[in-house]
Amino acid sequence: MKRWNSSLIRSCALVGAIAVGATFAVAGDVSTPATGFSLNSLAGQSVALSQFKGNVVLVNFWATWCGPCQQEMPLLDQMYKKYKPAGFTLLGVNVDKEAPAVKELLSRKPVSFPVLLDPENSVSRAYHVADMPSSVIIDRKGNVRYVHRGYRPGDENEYLDRIRQLIRE
Amino acid sequence: MTGLAGTARAAVLPDDRADVFYSSYKGGGMDIKGKSILVRKKFAETFSVQGQYFVDTVSGASIDVLSNASVIKDERKQKNIDFDYIRGKTQYSLGYSNSKETDYISDNVHFSLSQDMFGDLTTVTIGAARGWDKISQRSGLLITPKGRADRRSYNAGLSQVVTKDLIGSVTVEVITDEGFLNNPYRFTRFLDPTDGRGWNLEPEVYPATRTSTAVTTRAKYYLWYRAAASASYRFFTDTWGIRGNTLELGYTHPIANRWILEGRVRLYKQGHANFYSDLFPRRDAQNFIGRDKDLAASRNTTIGAKATYAFLPDGWKFFKRGTVTVDLSRIQFKYDDFRDIKDYGIANGFAPGAEPLYKFNATILQIYASMFF
Amino acid sequence: MKSRRIKLAVLAASMLAMSACSGIKPWVKPYERDRLADPIMTWDRDVVSGAYLDHVYESREGSRGATGTAGGGCGCN
Repeated sequence: MKRWNSSLIRSCALVGAIAVGATFAVAGDVSTPATGFSLNSLAGQSVALSQFKGNVVLVNFWATWCGPCQQEMPLLDQMYKKYKPAGFTLLGVNVDKEAPAVKELLSRKPVSFPVLLDPENSVSRAYHVADMPSSVIIDRKGNVRYVHRGYRPGDENEYLDRIRQLIRE
Repeated sequence: MTGLAGTARAAVLPDDRADVFYSSYKGGGMDIKGKSILVRKKFAETFSVQGQYFVDTVSGASIDVLSNASVIKDERKQKNIDFDYIRGKTQYSLGYSNSKETDYISDNVHFSLSQDMFGDLTTVTIGAARGWDKISQRSGLLITPKGRADRRSYNAGLSQVVTKDLIGSVTVEVITDEGFLNNPYRFTRFLDPTDGRGWNLEPEVYPATRTSTAVTTRAKYYLWYRAAASASYRFFTDTWGIRGNTLELGYTHPIANRWILEGRVRLYKQGHANFYSDLFPRRDAQNFIGRDKDLAASRNTTIGAKATYAFLPDGWKFFKRGTVTVDLSRIQFKYDDFRDIKDYGIANGFAPGAEPLYKFNATILQIYASMFF
Repeated sequence: MKSRRIKLAVLAASMLAMSACSGIKPWVKPYERDRLADPIMTWDRDVVSGAYLDHVYESREGSRGATGTAGGGCGCN
């Protein structure tokens, strides 16, 4: 009875630790093939991830109703302008259900990187988006190498480190 | 004073803001005007400070002041400061408030911790507060200290996203007071055939402690055409024998990005404290005696409506948004065992204990402007 | 015997809760929270007004407490 109790406690603690750990994972270096997708841009053109093979791609999932997403955008724009000549692309995947709010926001605060619309949330689901915003960095061979959940001031340095490293590969 | 510290979500701090607020309460012989300003600023999206300053000016002669000659005029000044800190999925809040009027000083400190979990669908909050009150009695220019009261409270809450349209919450709060707990201006009355009125007055005697428990459940639902309906119910019970039930229903209707209209109905009912009576049979009838109408069996119903207009819906320069709000409420108070002995008595044909039950209406007007940065 | 049964019950409940923790996937995804992020869905939009009305009632009624709530919103970060 005593033995069973203590092993039960140990397995509870382990499961609990995993659950807590899973809840708090903010960023991770990984290596898995990136799921391909094709979405319409704000202008109506079809854009596919495969078009950018050979480039380092940062896919950023954002919404008009998400405050931290808005904070991140200008910094992502700067990043895009700076590293585009070196073979870097940034795709802003918007998850709003309706396009008018997106158009309205971007007309007031424009960005230079492509904005794609995912109103059905199919790409968000495929990429297991677990927080808003979420950023996924894909290397030149098409593998997801870094996942970042949420945004706090200073997080953009994490993106820059990974981007520079992957550009050099 | 007590209650959870702030209403921010654990994940993101609210925007910077500045508010100016004006209020007016008229009813039951009282006229209370209030003014307030609030300023909130955050730093690095992880830390914020909020300061508020209120001034209430009270004047009037309530039902509790039997002589129409003495009209109260007083000013209450309150200042609050609150700090919030976010680290990961946890938010810590610490606040201090101080309220001062001629015959009452109150200091409060509160702390709370909020944690988002299970995919940010659940927020768990725990908190505690301490209060220290100094009560005095004013008679003309003379102020006599009457005693102190200490307060301790503990609260816990759980907020849950149920569906993409529905959010619910449960909150529990336990409060304990110790010390001088009655109002020095109140008195009890007892039957006294030797007095011309048929009754006489004596000071209240309250227990030196009081512990109360309140449980509130709330829900808010998003209506498909863009509106919100809310309902909340609170059950209250304490060691003085008071049972209180509060039901509140609300409806919020936005119009484009410019207007938000809201309506609410609040129903309240309470049973009396076990040492309360409107008329005791004789002097010193019990160990504890009270006749404060706050402890009587009573009901009140509120109907309120408010309209918010965004005069800067999309911002201008460094302002993100600017709104102005007008809120009007009407409360009907009815007492089931507290009688109006100020206006009725033997002199106009009412035997002691047969005076009409007291009731009154109050109108509250609030006007405020908020600027968001 | 009774205390052992209670211990087992508590352990079973916490095991269930723990496995539920790791097993339950958020049924409302972060990209589905647009309605919850709408300002009309905050618990108390006007903090000063809410605190003022709480004070009006608390100073005239016997009830007190359990008036604030945290939670909901966009769930960002």
